[in-house]
Amino acid sequence: MGNNSLGFRKFKDSLFKALVVIFALVTTLPLIFILFYILKQGFSAINWHFLVSLPKPVGESGGGIANALVGTFLIVIVASILAIPVGIGAGIYLSEYKDSRLADWARSGLEVLNGTPSIVLGIMAYLLVVAPVKHFSAFSGSVALAFMMLPVIIRTTEETLKLMPETLKEAALALGTPYYRVILKVILPSGASGIITGIMLSVARIAGETAPLLFTAFGNQFMNYNIFKPTDSLPLLIFNYATSPYDNSHQLAWGASLILVFVILILNIFSKLAVKKWKVQF
Amino acid sequence: MNHSDIKNIHLLSLKERIFKGLLVFAILTVILIVVALFLTLLINSWPSIKEFGIKFIYTSTWNPVKDQFGALPFIVGTLLTSFLALIICAPFSVALSLYLGEYFKSGLTSTVLQNAIELLAGIPSVIYGFWGLFVLVPIIRSLEMEIGVPPYGLGILSSSIILAVMIIPYSASVSREVISLVPGTLKEAAYSLGATRFEVIKKIILPYTWSGILAGIILALGRALGETMAVTMVIGNTNNLPTSIFSTGNTMASVIANEFTEAQGNIYLSSLIEIGLILFFITMIINFIGKRITKRFTL
Repeated sequence: MGNNSLGFRKFKDSLFKALVVIFALVTTLPLIFILFYILKQGFSAINWHFLVSLPKPVGESGGGIANALVGTFLIVIVASILAIPVGIGAGIYLSEYKDSRLADWARSGLEVLNGTPSIVLGIMAYLLVVAPVKHFSAFSGSVALAFMMLPVIIRTTEETLKLMPETLKEAALALGTPYYRVILKVILPSGASGIITGIMLSVARIAGETAPLLFTAFGNQFMNYNIFKPTDSLPLLIFNYATSPYDNSHQLAWGASLILVFVILILNIFSKLAVKKWKVQF
Repeated sequence: MNHSDIKNIHLLSLKERIFKGLLVFAILTVILIVVALFLTLLINSWPSIKEFGIKFIYTSTWNPVKDQFGALPFIVGTLLTSFLALIICAPFSVALSLYLGEYFKSGLTSTVLQNAIELLAGIPSVIYGFWGLFVLVPIIRSLEMEIGVPPYGLGILSSSIILAVMIIPYSASVSREVISLVPGTLKEAAYSLGATRFEVIKKIILPYTWSGILAGIILALGRALGETMAVTMVIGNTNNLPTSIFSTGNTMASVIANEFTEAQGNIYLSSLIEIGLILFFITMIINFIGKRITKRFTL
């Protein structure tokens, strides 16, 4: 019988299962290594001084990342202001006029936009916003990030609104409620948690983006509150300091990495909890 | 109906139209962004397209001083790192999706693993690069010293390993989904004939799902091609044609990241934008193929 004996088949079966388990568990190693390493290196860097002070000139020890924290916050807020209204509007359109030609075009367009490398979106924001006025700005970075947020917000809005029972809408319409009020006062509020989840996911997606900011927000050693000036952000600061030759800069970068990863993990966990709550409701 | 009622109805229909108008405005914005993306890239890379023509993609001189530009080293660098990353990622991704989609569909370990994979997908690219630079690169460097090649540490191999880690979550999530979609009756039929689990996987699950697994890998390829920061930090940033997996190089995305802000002169900038345009097209086609396969699968 040789190759086909029951013992050999069972052996192959257990061998394969062992391989699957080993390979699957090995994939978690990078995560553990990375998180452990960031925690080890970053934790010692973080203190109150680190959060509230500006970077020192290169080579000097000490200093903090206050400018990058403020910059990240500024860039993300402006990107959200740009992306959320358009995203929700387009999401409503896609769920209300499913079969229209515009909806088809928009869906194909969103597929393209979603797959476009972030650095290419950075080039676009550079050409549209930076090149005409000839200086880098936080605003141009926000434009690039807003392009990345749109597909996520639109998709989650559309999916959430599609889940709404048709009877809900019909009941409101039967009471003589005008259509726009049905959407704004009945459909959107019942879908709010789904839409908010989408917004949180999209913020989590862009908070760590570096590539589109390289030649839009550009980075800045100083504190800046003006969105039309070059601005630093956490990912940019990590990139610049990680590739610099100074140990002190590396320390700052590890601290900034820890904060960035922590913020993104929190965002992801919260949006996951919201998804769970959402699924229980319907 | 008195006068004020009629006025109200007019006001109402006006509000309706404004509302509809806003929705149409939003959807048109989205379409416009994509059209503008394509047009701005095309218009701004036009000087370079006109100057170098098709030669741009098969010559390997990249000389900003003499204004001679050919993108071959970056195209090769991109394809090499991405495919190497796929090869490294494939066994792990298939194992992971079998683990989550077939062996342990529920239970503590699969929940933990599932969450770990999602976290892995959430870590920013720049942090992968940072970690790669300080942990992976020294390891690769000592490996290179062992086998007697120039010990840069940086290079194609390091980039591919980092990329592989980054794309595992994407390819695994697609293939896990298709593997869990295999009809139970098919598997039960095979078991009732005395098949072992390995034989069920080999003869039923893999033939049934191979196109879905392939689609997952293709979509992961789309990610890998455009990945910028992690690669920029560990690839070494040299503009030569890579000769082996240990040589340093540049990808399309990393050369843009490195040189865009320093690009002096019209034709230099335009060449970088043309690289962006090529990257845009390649990822679009790859994603299109991946999406078509997954769609066919769900039908």
